[in-house]
Amino acid sequence: MPLTVTVSFSLNGTKVTSAVDVTESALDLLRRNFDLAGAKLACGEGECGACTVIVDGRSRNSCLMPAPDIDGRTVLTVEGLWTEQGIDPVQQAFIDEGAVQCGFCTPGMIMQARYLIDRNPNMSEEQIARGIEGNICRCTGYKKIIAAVAAASEGSTS
Amino acid sequence: MLPQNKRPAGIDEYVNATSLAMALEALADGNGTPLAGGSDLWLQKDSGNDRIRPRLVNINRVAELHGISQVGQRIRIGALVSVSEILESALLKDAVPLLPATADRFASIQIRNAATIGGNIANASPAADMVLPLIALDAAVKISSWAGKEVDRKIPLTDFFTGPGMTRLERNELITAIEFETPAAGFHAVFCKSGPRPALEISLVAMCLAGTPQNGTLRNPRICFGAVGPTPIRCRSTEKLIDLRPIDDSLIAKALATMQSEISPIDDIRASKWYRAQVARTYLEQELMACRSL
Repeated sequence: MPLTVTVSFSLNGTKVTSAVDVTESALDLLRRNFDLAGAKLACGEGECGACTVIVDGRSRNSCLMPAPDIDGRTVLTVEGLWTEQGIDPVQQAFIDEGAVQCGFCTPGMIMQARYLIDRNPNMSEEQIARGIEGNICRCTGYKKIIAAVAAASEGSTS
Repeated sequence: MLPQNKRPAGIDEYVNATSLAMALEALADGNGTPLAGGSDLWLQKDSGNDRIRPRLVNINRVAELHGISQVGQRIRIGALVSVSEILESALLKDAVPLLPATADRFASIQIRNAATIGGNIANASPAADMVLPLIALDAAVKISSWAGKEVDRKIPLTDFFTGPGMTRLERNELITAIEFETPAAGFHAVFCKSGPRPALEISLVAMCLAGTPQNGTLRNPRICFGAVGPTPIRCRSTEKLIDLRPIDDSLIAKALATMQSEISPIDDIRASKWYRAQVARTYLEQELMACRSL
């Protein structure tokens, strides 16, 4: 039997507790135990960024984060971007710019964009491109994604 | 389902250490694996190798292992400092810009946010980027273990690696910090890295060249290569050859030949031996030539 431990953490603003197998990833935990299917498993080795979530204010590949290490931390997933005012400006920008095609990379891309904009709302196009180095999109190409991040940054400074 | 040649790590005990003493005690019998950022370790957990031992010791909440500090001329980087923290450190930007510059070429932001300096060293990849500038800085690895109390020792980073994934770290030991002297004024250092694309790449070849330019020479040079041998390679004979000699075309030719004899690139999935040797030559030639005009 795999060893399980109990973790308590803040998930999208709510305190939660769950038992986890010590060999699971944070991504397994979010998807299986909390039915949060936004973060995706794609490469499973930190190349693609489809599993990106924000942990203690830092974007992370949740597939490479050991589930037991989530204890005591603050986790934000794409599902947590929703507020009473509606969807996040980054999500709206992705819609407005048509930066979504199949949508598989989108939750990770949006979380990375949110992280980048929170840290620097005045990025150059190159800074945006470098900022999403760890996120792979295999259908739209990156032009519209970069335009969406730029539009969301502009919105956040005006 | 896992392929048949793979088995999941058999972990039967988990320790969430909250102090250095607690972490070292949990590692003392040699059956523990320290867990830091996880970006390398978690990749290996299903690989069937014995990298993950029965007791998983989470060291992330050990305060003593965090933080970058300076006492006098000596800088200490705690083992749990992330590559992002190195990139963003005002202290390092000011005192050793080589380290943030190297961190900027390291993987992606998400991995930099997870990966720790101690982990990059302990994982002992021949292509570990952060190791090269630290070797060039003559950094020492501080290692601790438990024998009724904390026992510390230090090893020069340049002597730390023994093979791919292999180091002088004993099973009961933990890397606790990296330490080095602030380089004196006039210190020059560059980090070069080649990969298939200019993003999230594992180095095909990486080089760090450092020293103090002085009247067309390079005093006390350091030449370190990554991904061209079983460990990060310090080219001591090449360093000795060029030390304080005028960097003319003849010296560069000799330096390239000597360097070539000190590295041992191989053919693998990422690049050929021939290509790696060519890139190594190009980097050294280009950076030695650049030193002439400094």
